Amino acid sequence: MSTATTTAVTTPVMPARPWLTTAIIFAALLTVPVWLPMLGGYTALAGRVLVLGLAAMSFNLLLGFTGVMSFGHAAYFGLGAYGAGLTLKYIAPSTPLAMVGGVLLGGILGSLFGRLIAQRRGVYFAMVTVAFGQIAFYVTYSWDSLTGGYDGLRGFSRAPLNLGFTTIDITNNSTYFYYFLLFVFAVATGLQALLLASPFGRTLVAIRENERRARFLGIPIERHIWMSFSISCCFTALAGALYALLNNFADPMGLHYSLSGEIVIMTVMGGMRAFWGPLIGAALFVVLQDYISSMTVNWMSFVGLIFVLVVLFFPRGLLGMLQKGTQR
Amino acid sequence: MLQLVLYNVTNGLIIGAFYVLMALGLSLILNLSNVINFAHGNFLALGGYIAFVLTPFLGYWGALIVSPLITALFGFAIERLMIRRVYSRDPVYSLLLTFGLAFIMQDACRYVWGPSGLQTSIPDILSAPLSADLFFITWYRIFMVALVIAAVSGLFAFLRFTRVGIRIRAGTLDLDTVSILGVNVGMLRSMNFAVGSLLAGLAGVLAAGQVGLNPNMGDDLLMPSFIAIIVGGVGSLTGTLCGGLLIGVAGALTTVFWPAASEAVIYVIMLVVLILRPRGLMGQEGMMS
Repeated sequence: MSTATTTAVTTPVMPARPWLTTAIIFAALLTVPVWLPMLGGYTALAGRVLVLGLAAMSFNLLLGFTGVMSFGHAAYFGLGAYGAGLTLKYIAPSTPLAMVGGVLLGGILGSLFGRLIAQRRGVYFAMVTVAFGQIAFYVTYSWDSLTGGYDGLRGFSRAPLNLGFTTIDITNNSTYFYYFLLFVFAVATGLQALLLASPFGRTLVAIRENERRARFLGIPIERHIWMSFSISCCFTALAGALYALLNNFADPMGLHYSLSGEIVIMTVMGGMRAFWGPLIGAALFVVLQDYISSMTVNWMSFVGLIFVLVVLFFPRGLLGMLQKGTQR
Repeated sequence: MLQLVLYNVTNGLIIGAFYVLMALGLSLILNLSNVINFAHGNFLALGGYIAFVLTPFLGYWGALIVSPLITALFGFAIERLMIRRVYSRDPVYSLLLTFGLAFIMQDACRYVWGPSGLQTSIPDILSAPLSADLFFITWYRIFMVALVIAAVSGLFAFLRFTRVGIRIRAGTLDLDTVSILGVNVGMLRSMNFAVGSLLAGLAGVLAAGQVGLNPNMGDDLLMPSFIAIIVGGVGSLTGTLCGGLLIGVAGALTTVFWPAASEAVIYVIMLVVLILRPRGLMGQEGMMS
């Protein structure tokens, strides 16, 4: 059944000089409040890039490093957002607790669902994940009394961070909040890097490269894919929780499958075989989308055009092309 | 009560008929080309709009025939120009491609025909109700169901008796062998895509007469069509047919007893099928993996 789609080149998990790339990226991210206003951007835009970048990197644990294609990751992103929002609104005004709430809601549901679909591959996996994503969308959309339905969940706001000895006001100060986002982003991506470097992560890459051979080596493929899916969902839900904190709002469109598609295109655009690729893709996509939607009402055509052009002409993504360049 | 149930069963059959037309086209493309056509709902909308444009020139009946054909031609061109270029790559690319196409086509329809809905007219003879008791069954609904039955029978006959149809079925099972036997697989896939688009275009023309036209009219049908395929079993067109009718009628019957859950029930059916019979009602073992 499977058509031979072997990418002839075996790309390494990490780029040739991982520390250099990482250092450049974090240097750029740390200085955002300095240089972004000079270019006419605003800090909330950088926050969006970080959040969607984290979502895309979490998604890429599956697509790029396990070789399994989910097309419903917006569901876990949105569930994370609603989990955080509901925690803040009904349980306690605590930002860390909201993040835990979001991760639990998205992670548990993702994990339960992942159990059902771990045997599926390829487009069938994609189709079932899309359908499940729509369940999450539909339930959130219809459960008016709890989620606010079509209008989204409002009436909560992120709480100041209480560290015991001091309180950081991330509620009103957008720069502090940006650094808070960056801190969470750094911890999460650090965990992802450790995970990929661990034997478990290497096993996932082995499954991606040759599932049959991995199976013959005695690796329980379904269990690994399930675990990879669950972990990916947890991180995506964390990104969703951060998104709710960023906007003080959770939106049913955050669960819609069009966002799933956008997460995938960000990943592919930046380079799905590069660790930082999805972040670069998210930055490109968010900035382009922001620019285009301010220029024309027909922004949908342009976004669609980005999809088509990337697929037809830049399938390796930005970092993928750069990596190819340095290898030669 | 009986009338209420009957009313909703009729509704369910009609909605199910739309699901079936959509899902059969999607299923054909999925089985042969391993592509999920996210733009399928937009092909449906396009079919409806083309009929709207043609009606003043060709009349209702002319548009009904010509519009699906033009949609098919359009699908053929899209397949030739774009989709065929990603067959040899990771399936993620074909998904992204049709996803982007869906955005572009929806926006194009909005640009050309405006964002608000358009009403289409159907011949008077079809808009009359069947009888005073069965006021909810218009001749148009009967006509729609009859036409869908004819189209589905036609499709199955095409796949069973024509050379192209037999090759499509063979290609679904083992494309490599079909290719080795000297069949032009590229052309086969293009024609298969065109047949799928034809069904979507026909559904569009029919839906326009029932609910009017708007640029995202296909979106509400896309997800249930996926579910029809999953429930029926990937790889089985008969399964897709049954799946579409099942979720259509189940949704409508739920409306009688618990209106709020009418949409939820199709998702519940999908989950139950995925848990109890992962390959779908009529799917073959191993097709989904």
